[in-house]
Amino acid sequence: METEAATGLLSASWLLIALPLAGAAVLLLGGRRTDRWGHLLGTGTVVAAFVVAVACTVQLAGRDERSVTVDLFTFIRTGNLDVQAGLLIDPLSAVFMLLITGVGALIHVYSIGYMAHDPGRRRFFAYLNLFVAAMLLLVLGNSYVALYVGWEGVGLASYLLIAFWYTRPAAATAAKKAFIMNRVGDVGLALAIFLMFAQLGTTSYAGVFGQVGLLAGGTVTAIGLLLLLGACGKSGQFPLQAWLPDAMEGPTPVSALIHAATMVTAGVYLIARSAPVYDETPTARTVVLAVGAVTLLIGAIVGCAYDDIKKVLAYSTVSQIGYMFLAVGLGPAGYAAGIAHLLTHGFFKAGLFLGAGSVMHAMDDQVDMRRFGGLAKRLPVTFVTFGLGYLALIGFPFLSGYWTKDAIIEAALDRGGWSGWVLGGVAVLGAGLTAFYMTRLMLMTFLGRPRWEPGVHPHESPPSMTAPMVLLAVGSVAAGFLLVQVFPLADWLEPVFGEPEEAAHVVAPAVVGVVVTAVMALGVLTAWLFVGRREVPATAPARVSPVVVAARRALYADTVNEALFMRPGMWLTRALVWLDNRGVDGVVNGTAAALGGSSSRLGRAQTGFVRSYALGMLGGAVLVAGALVAVTTA
Amino acid sequence: MTIANYLVLAAILFTIGAVGVLVRRNAIVVFMCVELMLNSVNLTLVTFARSTGTLDGQLIAFFVMVVAAAEVVVGLAIIMSIYRTRRSASVDDVNLLKY
Repeated sequence: METEAATGLLSASWLLIALPLAGAAVLLLGGRRTDRWGHLLGTGTVVAAFVVAVACTVQLAGRDERSVTVDLFTFIRTGNLDVQAGLLIDPLSAVFMLLITGVGALIHVYSIGYMAHDPGRRRFFAYLNLFVAAMLLLVLGNSYVALYVGWEGVGLASYLLIAFWYTRPAAATAAKKAFIMNRVGDVGLALAIFLMFAQLGTTSYAGVFGQVGLLAGGTVTAIGLLLLLGACGKSGQFPLQAWLPDAMEGPTPVSALIHAATMVTAGVYLIARSAPVYDETPTARTVVLAVGAVTLLIGAIVGCAYDDIKKVLAYSTVSQIGYMFLAVGLGPAGYAAGIAHLLTHGFFKAGLFLGAGSVMHAMDDQVDMRRFGGLAKRLPVTFVTFGLGYLALIGFPFLSGYWTKDAIIEAALDRGGWSGWVLGGVAVLGAGLTAFYMTRLMLMTFLGRPRWEPGVHPHESPPSMTAPMVLLAVGSVAAGFLLVQVFPLADWLEPVFGEPEEAAHVVAPAVVGVVVTAVMALGVLTAWLFVGRREVPATAPARVSPVVVAARRALYADTVNEALFMRPGMWLTRALVWLDNRGVDGVVNGTAAALGGSSSRLGRAQTGFVRSYALGMLGGAVLVAGALVAVTTA
Repeated sequence: MTIANYLVLAAILFTIGAVGVLVRRNAIVVFMCVELMLNSVNLTLVTFARSTGTLDGQLIAFFVMVVAAAEVVVGLAIIMSIYRTRRSASVDDVNLLKY
């Protein structure tokens, strides 16, 4: 991958990060004075960043060499470690910066309406701006260290935004859970970077990718697996998936922007960006595949059982990111498909979350789908936009999801051998489950008879909320066709991932399309048989099969985490506390007690009787005199 | 008269004084016993001064007398003050400084 120094507008691409960062700084430091116009500033910086991103992409597209670096300053220089802060703008990061600023701007606009009555609206926009800045740094940085700074920045913003309503215990707990589970992944990423520095002496993409072939196989595999651990933490992949659904305690725009469209896809970006590393280590790549396949099934199965509209969408996100991991785990055959699915998913999942936010807005923050029903007439715009997102997600023919998900399934099947059939089968099964749970969600929310709680009067959301939903719905419909057929993303990304090899099709693409569509129709039909035909009970039935019980408990992910990590951790802390109290404190307190006791015993010699003191002095004098005599006579 | 006689007398006087300081409770008596000890020391000093024919011992004896006089003034004033406040001159009752 050849890179050259940036010229023209591209050298000003640091504005992309600086603009939202400045917005966050003004809003956080300005305090209440900025309350009245804070949301406008916050939205303005992201819209401006979007304009810069579009301009940069246009410039980049007009160049022969589509990979430029912008050197900013020396970040760390100590001993052998020399980290330059710089940006790398190539087709992959351009795709991401458009997604982040584009969807980000829409969601900022939506938030103006959604958070209109929240007293903390300025703080909300400050955190959102902080997130956008950190996320852009993550994708634009030209070294793993820059990526790591952005990586931690989005983690911080995610924590702050999940706990935005910090007075709610559930939100505070969810934020801590997200933060801690992300730490587990971040340790992996940090260790991978340490390993790169120890073995290669550099952390820049160019340096690492240029020398990775010289490393021993085991080292490369270790780096690949550690990077994967980091990606799993950030993207909510198995075994670190449990935090993502809980993160839905945050405001809905946050769920749409951070926990659906952008931040959680950072793991996919990391693996796609590290393609040269994974090219050297088939083992790590196989693990990526396994993680993706397992997660897409877990997410889809659990999504079928939940009644909380946002949690269903969250598990859907987990499942869809599983597809992306599966795709990037396939290697050169799947990178473009994975990134394309990431983009279309960014559109339709953000749209779905905004729709869910609109529904909650109408239903007084109710999230239980059993309390919805029949909302199609009351919320026509939400229904139509949400419906288009739904069709795109389940892969309805010729909408976004159809193109990108089919591409992944085809790539999985083209892998050949039994693993190709297993992965392809899992992906097709996942598509059926996706159709099932999303249809169930649609039926329970928008169709059927109203099961509203008394006193709820649903009303359509204001235009500032519906406009972004409409735009995202348009994206959900068209993005897949545009990215796969009109402007193939694979060609655009070719400078990054190399020439896509002509796949030897195991199954003809047309057959795959038909089969996937049939499975999808089967899922929809099943959902209609189970949910649509009869009245939905207002409370979840208690007598259900063990499978449903397991799915309602999220396949015991929390239970396993608690049994494996939390309880031993608590035992360890208790043992340490005991050791601290009895051991360390025991020595210190024992010394103090011994000194105190002996001094109080010595103090008893001070009787207060003058005559006993006089006796003491006499005795002393006699001793001194005796010693004198003894010395002089000896 | 040999030197030994003077020294024995001084030793007897010192012993009486020391025992008096240790066994008596009345502050006045204790005080007088201290004076007795000082004077026995003075006696020793002048005895040695006489026997060696120098003035050093006599000089020190004068100093001791001066200091004793000053000490008597201060000491008696303290005893008076204590007696006025506590209606007692027993040294065993004066133990507040222990704390």
